[in-house]
Amino acid sequence: MSTRIETRFRACAAEGRAALVTFVTAGDPDFDTSLALLKALPAAGADIIEFGVPFTDPMADGPAIQAAGLRALAAGQTLAKTLAMVKTFRAGDDTTPVVLMGYYNPVYVYGVERFLADAKAAGVDGLVVVDLPPEEDNELCLPALAAGLDFIRLATPTTDDKRLPAVLKHTAGFVYYVSITGITGMAQADPTAVGTAVTRIKRHTALPVAVGFGVKTPESAAAIAANADGVVVGSALIDALRATLDSEDRATPATLPAVTDLVSRLAEAVRGVRRQAAE
Amino acid sequence: MNAPNSFRTGPDDNGHFGLFGGRFVAETLMPLILDLETAYNEAKADPAYKAEMDAGLKHYVGRPSPLYYAERLTEYLRAGAAPGMGAKIYFKREELNHTGSHKVNNVLGQILLARRMGKKRIIAETGAGQHGVATATLCARYGLECVVYMGAVDVARQAPNVFRMKMLGASVVPVQSGSKTLKDAMNEALRDWVTNVSDTFYCIGTVAGPHPYPAMVRDFQSIIGTETREQMLEMEGRLPDSLIACIGGGSNAMGLFHPFLDDPSVQIFGVEAAGHGIPSGQHAASLTGGRPGVLHGNRTYLLMDGDGQIAEAHSISAGLDYPGIGPEHSWLHDTGRATYISATDDEALAAFQLVAKLEGIIPALEPAHALAKVADLAPTLPEDHLMVVNLSGRGDKDIPQVADILGTSL
Repeated sequence: MSTRIETRFRACAAEGRAALVTFVTAGDPDFDTSLALLKALPAAGADIIEFGVPFTDPMADGPAIQAAGLRALAAGQTLAKTLAMVKTFRAGDDTTPVVLMGYYNPVYVYGVERFLADAKAAGVDGLVVVDLPPEEDNELCLPALAAGLDFIRLATPTTDDKRLPAVLKHTAGFVYYVSITGITGMAQADPTAVGTAVTRIKRHTALPVAVGFGVKTPESAAAIAANADGVVVGSALIDALRATLDSEDRATPATLPAVTDLVSRLAEAVRGVRRQAAE
Repeated sequence: MNAPNSFRTGPDDNGHFGLFGGRFVAETLMPLILDLETAYNEAKADPAYKAEMDAGLKHYVGRPSPLYYAERLTEYLRAGAAPGMGAKIYFKREELNHTGSHKVNNVLGQILLARRMGKKRIIAETGAGQHGVATATLCARYGLECVVYMGAVDVARQAPNVFRMKMLGASVVPVQSGSKTLKDAMNEALRDWVTNVSDTFYCIGTVAGPHPYPAMVRDFQSIIGTETREQMLEMEGRLPDSLIACIGGGSNAMGLFHPFLDDPSVQIFGVEAAGHGIPSGQHAASLTGGRPGVLHGNRTYLLMDGDGQIAEAHSISAGLDYPGIGPEHSWLHDTGRATYISATDDEALAAFQLVAKLEGIIPALEPAHALAKVADLAPTLPEDHLMVVNLSGRGDKDIPQVADILGTSL
């Protein structure tokens, strides 16, 4: 049986386009708004949802996602609540893949076995855990694969051809190519360099390659979409959300539409780009 | 946990000390820490590197640092003890090193390594500023660019060290994220490193972070214990009976302890910062009040909530104000080889003043925590008990803060 992630990438490929992968932080700025946003993302054009698990010390994230996590934590978000949100979402949407993205400590403290069981039951499809390189595969990657969850690995500009096989070995679902050396939401990805890197990664794997970390606008999403199986946008959505908050970081009536409008424009841009014939 | 045959062989090839340690970093950094491990292993085997280290330690740092019999402190504590009781107290005088603390031992090693690796830009995190000052100093000495990340709260309470770093040519970046202290400075340094991978060397200041840092920094700091061993044999004809040192990340303590780990007659005490007291929740005692978790590249004891969110540490001492501890300490704690206790802000402040008056030595607030527990332990031990406390830094940097607490305006 195909997974939701496989099915979705295949459907996008059949349309001759890249998938739009949207990142928002679970619980930002509060549980109810975040759940409403999660439910609204597919209709706005998100093909795959990355749901950020808040952490106090997100070492790979720039100021936008750092602040989003702290807002969520201040509003009382926990890993258990994040899983509950996915479960609620899944009750109304059985096709859009949901990938949890975050750092290892909240999962480790929750308990790996318990977490995998609860995540699977909630309808989570995959995991991106930034601080678990292949050298630590025994921690979560191998147990996750055994539990039927995709473990989606990050490949970066510093991952050379010698190291790529080790990085790809236990990767499942798709490969997340980090298009810049740096943290989320800072530098802008160079589409030409990204195209070269995606081609290089595809020499080593049959998995789809999604590109993120430096994609900010519909224009840059379109440029990346020409050369990748998926485009990940995160900080730009968080920035759009933050701009609508009141002076005490509370949601306003403008919050939900601001994010979904940007998702729609991103989706339109990505859908407007025909992929080159499959290599 | 069963005791291993030796406590000095760790970590394993993957950087684990039992459950602790490891390499929990983003993929972007993995190739860099693998390169660092290779470069360090090559340097260790190269006599030219060792010769350069030895010369730098002798002529620039000013080693060996003295082992000093603290006679008046010993007599003072004996006066309050039962007859025949009151340990003989020695200070390992790391505060006499160039730059005023033990931090320079490690920085010299890492900067010489950075030069071998052809790195031109050095970044560092700092809490009290001692590691930042040491890094800025060696960067000035070798003509390297230096960027120091320091929590904004620490910038305010350690103003003399901020100015020193700037005088030495370093850029000091006040970190505004999170709790604005050492942990946030480390986050920001890691963000810099992941952004500037090609030319930058991250000079970590303590025995924490991803492998190989905990082992490498320990190796550089082990000169403290190696010298202590020789000096004590020369002065007393035998090994010390106990060692005691303060612990934030734990580098001065690990440096003193490591050469003695396989001498079972030597008792080992690490002193964490208890802040306002462990029950208050406002402290920095990761082993006493924390649980195992993963942060900053390694698994170790951490202060955190039930959801795995890192708690803010509190200590009067910026250098101990960290919610984690080096992974090898976590392992020594779980194996029982070392005993970890804690001292409050008030106890440290009292010891700071006591040692200044009795010995003419103004200790930093960090080792004042260890001195506070010396004052508790020494009177319970016999007069022939030889106790070594690591006087890891001098207190000049703390004068404005202590004056403020004591109600004196400078």
